[in-house]
Amino acid sequence: MDYILSLITFLPLLGALIVGLFVPGSDTQSSENAKRVSFVTSIIVFLLSLVMFSEFDKNSSDFQFVEEFLWLGFFNYKLGVDGISVILILLTTGMMPLVFLSSWTTSKRVKEYLISFLILETLMVGVFVSLDIFLFYVFFEAGLIPMFLIIGIWGGQERVFASFKFFLYTLLGSILMLVAMIIMWDLSGTTDITKLLNYEFESEPFYILGVYIPSGIQTLLWLGFFASFAVKLPMFPVHTWLPDAHVQAPTGGSVLLAAILLKMGGYGFIRFSIPMFYDASLYFQSFIFILSIIAIIYTSLVALVQTDMKKLIAYSSVAHMGFVTLGLFSLNQQGIDGAIFQMVSHGFISAALFLIVGVVYERTSTREILAFGGLIRRMPNYAMVFMVLTLANVGLPGTSGFIGEFLSLVGVFQVAPLYAFFGALGVVLSACYGLLLYKKVILGELIKENLKRINDISFREKFCLYPLVLLIIFFGIYPKPIIETYSVTVANYLQILN
Amino acid sequence: MIEFLVFGPLIGSLIAGFMHRSIGENSATILATFIVVLGAFISWFVFLDIVPVENGAIVVFDWIISGSLNSQWALKVDSLVKVMLVVVLTVSSLVHLYSLGYMRNDHNWNSGEKYKARFFSYLSFFTFAMLVLVSADNLLQLFFGWEGVGVASYLLIGFYFKKPSANNAAMKAFIVNRVGDFGFLIGIFLIFLYSGTINFFEIFSFFSDDNQIDLLGFKVEEVICFFLFIGAMGKSAQIFLHTWLPDAMEGPTPVSALIHAATMVTAGVFLTCRFSPLFESAPQVSTIVLLVGVLTALFAATTALVQNDIKRIIAYSTCSQLGYMFAAVGAGFYQAAMFHLFTHAFFKALLFLGAGSVIHAMHHEQDVRRFGGLRAKLPVTFFAMTIGTLAITGVGIPLSYYVLGFNFGLSGFVSKDIIIEGVFASKNSYSYHAFVFLIFSALLTSFYSWRLVFLTFFGSFRGKVDDFNHCHEPEKTMLIPLVLLSLGAVFFGSFFEFDFTSAKYQIFSDSIFLSKENTILKDFHYVPVMVKLAPFFAMLIGLSLAIYFYIINPNVPRALANQQPILYKFFLNKWYFDELYNIIFVGSAKKVGNFFWKIGDVKVINGSIHGIGLFIIPYLVTVASRLQSGFVFHYALVMIIGFTAIMSFFIISFYSL
Repeated sequence: MDYILSLITFLPLLGALIVGLFVPGSDTQSSENAKRVSFVTSIIVFLLSLVMFSEFDKNSSDFQFVEEFLWLGFFNYKLGVDGISVILILLTTGMMPLVFLSSWTTSKRVKEYLISFLILETLMVGVFVSLDIFLFYVFFEAGLIPMFLIIGIWGGQERVFASFKFFLYTLLGSILMLVAMIIMWDLSGTTDITKLLNYEFESEPFYILGVYIPSGIQTLLWLGFFASFAVKLPMFPVHTWLPDAHVQAPTGGSVLLAAILLKMGGYGFIRFSIPMFYDASLYFQSFIFILSIIAIIYTSLVALVQTDMKKLIAYSSVAHMGFVTLGLFSLNQQGIDGAIFQMVSHGFISAALFLIVGVVYERTSTREILAFGGLIRRMPNYAMVFMVLTLANVGLPGTSGFIGEFLSLVGVFQVAPLYAFFGALGVVLSACYGLLLYKKVILGELIKENLKRINDISFREKFCLYPLVLLIIFFGIYPKPIIETYSVTVANYLQILN
Repeated sequence: MIEFLVFGPLIGSLIAGFMHRSIGENSATILATFIVVLGAFISWFVFLDIVPVENGAIVVFDWIISGSLNSQWALKVDSLVKVMLVVVLTVSSLVHLYSLGYMRNDHNWNSGEKYKARFFSYLSFFTFAMLVLVSADNLLQLFFGWEGVGVASYLLIGFYFKKPSANNAAMKAFIVNRVGDFGFLIGIFLIFLYSGTINFFEIFSFFSDDNQIDLLGFKVEEVICFFLFIGAMGKSAQIFLHTWLPDAMEGPTPVSALIHAATMVTAGVFLTCRFSPLFESAPQVSTIVLLVGVLTALFAATTALVQNDIKRIIAYSTCSQLGYMFAAVGAGFYQAAMFHLFTHAFFKALLFLGAGSVIHAMHHEQDVRRFGGLRAKLPVTFFAMTIGTLAITGVGIPLSYYVLGFNFGLSGFVSKDIIIEGVFASKNSYSYHAFVFLIFSALLTSFYSWRLVFLTFFGSFRGKVDDFNHCHEPEKTMLIPLVLLSLGAVFFGSFFEFDFTSAKYQIFSDSIFLSKENTILKDFHYVPVMVKLAPFFAMLIGLSLAIYFYIINPNVPRALANQQPILYKFFLNKWYFDELYNIIFVGSAKKVGNFFWKIGDVKVINGSIHGIGLFIIPYLVTVASRLQSGFVFHYALVMIIGFTAIMSFFIISFYSL
């Protein structure tokens, strides 16, 4: 158990090495082998993380499975998990097998594709296990590279533009975060997150060049982190990279982007911004609420008029992430519980939705909404899965989508009822675009010639989709296993902060 | 026992939905029906207190627990729930039974297409969700059922998914209901904010202390009830949020009988009755409820006068009757609202299933102008529809209460008259106006209900001769529900009046709360005789007018329509609500969405950010396209450069600080 976090983090990298070095050739057989190796690697990693989870003590808010050693004299390699990160690690490692399974039909540069995904897994898990800000930064930023390649090489028509847009937006945000981290290190003399959590940054107001800075250094640091996480999440108005990136990315890329990479922003807020710069967080509370409300209403309306299925789902992702920021910055138990739940639940739902789009894209090479209609006639199972996912996306009670939204709104309502009021409008709007999409794609008479011979989801696709659907319903009815994993941690945070 | 009642239909739904391939469509549907029928029997035993049930909540398992927010899946049975159990399970079982015949050979499907099991699965799922709604012991579970019935309704309205009109109607129903749900959610948030709980018992005990909390210049109870009522308006199709209900008639007729007449649409009434402790301390909102109810009763009745689709006439009639129920709630007479809910479920389901039988016989023709003289061909259906009409229009012996100690008449006579008397007797300052409007609506109700019967069953047939010759009574599975519901429509009013509205012995003492000032249970008996007679005469006038218009002198309606074209158009187009909403909401949402997308996202946000990078990006793009060499080595190189760049940045920053 001592090195289990390192094992989970770096095993995928080992898998990537094996695929790169020990699976020779580039014919069909070897790419088949490479796929098997990657798939099995991801399964092992998932099982390991389940083992780790089973040993995890939910009633403790401490970091667990901590590993630490100094590298090169200054690089502090420190890993550990608490209730919040452990659930996101499970989400990540659990998603990977589905991603590999869903990209089984890839034929273009298969090995490189798989290697990128395996490296990405290491980096994603790394983000959630790091207990050192610079280690965190390395994982956080390095994750851009494989994603950049995944979009730029295996993407659609405009892939290069989209990948650069993705890369530049996120990178620009991160530079400010790096500056903030360096200042933090300078002030506190440590890069260790556990120590930083207990370090109190000054919140005395001061002037810089005649500009009044309300909560002092906390404000500046908060803004530095905000720049990075707001882009990553994404929040309005820096969300415009996401629709482009999603539309161009291959299905597997979209799945990871929506399910995991976006969550890093939310994770960053709860790991750094809120506990470390609490005064600044309070100061910026309304600011975040306003941006979140705009995100929810604005992007829902934009989603309503989209013509591309993936774009519609991407915009709906932005709206759903709005609930995450709403909940997080309500700074109370329900709000934060809801926000984290929303992250996990959105991981399931958006991943499944992108897989769903991938299914028809693979068959027809188009994602135009108008190119479909009446699919229920030929694809009843597909229609059923799509229905459940639409309802979950709409936030129907009984699906996991409801619980996150509801708790976040309950949280916000206690501190700022007016914002919750507007946030709840998202409930109406999501129904509009969700059902409209379903109607146009699935319902109606099947009249398009090229759809008349379309096949229902295959066994492999069922294997990707059904687990997600079951999880969505299961956690919608019984969310306790997820919430209780992190509620002690959250409660402890709040106790310290207040 | 109660677990079986609630979860039985869910099991039935799953069997019909997932196992019809292995056990066959027929056995799956029959099994689902059997479960609900069994449930219906048990529910009557529970209702009549033959089988005792625990009064406390049965906790199934935890649901959402976060900090002080604590909700469980729990089943609780009190008098309100017992009434709802009987209504839901009885109507549901009869509709299941009826559907076995009605859905057998549906012309909307080609041969070989399987649809029956899916239909029964949805029906049973609806029943389950409705039962979860009524048996909830906390707000959140109620909301689950609330949304669950919404989804079932969505699925069933859009059951004929090949028809664009059905798909649009389904969507509309869901979205309009969501507007109501938005209000409901705000209500839940407010309750949790102030009382710190979502459990009914705890909420009511919190608000039973006179805390005088102020919110936005109103008592907090007023604000809470206002938002809860918005939710109720959506689900119960009250004016402004009613537009989905007539369109919902796109669904198969048994669905209309179950969901859009007897059960789901009454959920709003149930909610307000459940929250009687709060509504009792919210007099201003009660007035709003009264006025909305009265206005809906009137609006829907006027619209029903001129509609030609047999199902839409009944749909507007439902809308109107729901208005009566809310008028009772607004008047503080929750018992009467529940009583009318109870009787209405039977006679309205009867009318719908009767209409279904006509539609079935007429090969899915629904226009009353193409019917006529069907009395001879469909005697049982005619008989059933007449009973239903007698019940809804309120036929009975007025003033029989003084002689017999109860009102003698068909169920609608008893329950509707009680509402009208109660509204008159209430201490609300609008009670007199409300009374006048309700009487006028009763007149209209009588007119349009008889119009439907006369146009359908009397006169000469106006459709294709072939259709008339071939039409015949449906099979027994469809006739039995009609007969059973007829019994309910005739007897339940007089039979249960005492249980529901007796000042001393009414069954709701454990669930409906009346404040001390509210003495309506006694007062409604002591209204002037004219008030008691008024609905009866209104009914007679409506009936006579209908006879004159549609039997004695059938040219009058057309002449009247030509004489009053504006009024006629106004009613025919349902007061132009749809057109108005289309312009205000549907159109502008798309325009705003497009504006945000094309101007906001593309021009402003992307424009400004890209503007900065205008010189950098094109350069990088050319570099990137060159980078796409296809050699792994190159990608690896990029990665290494990336890593190195980041690492060197670190090291430099370390030493420079």
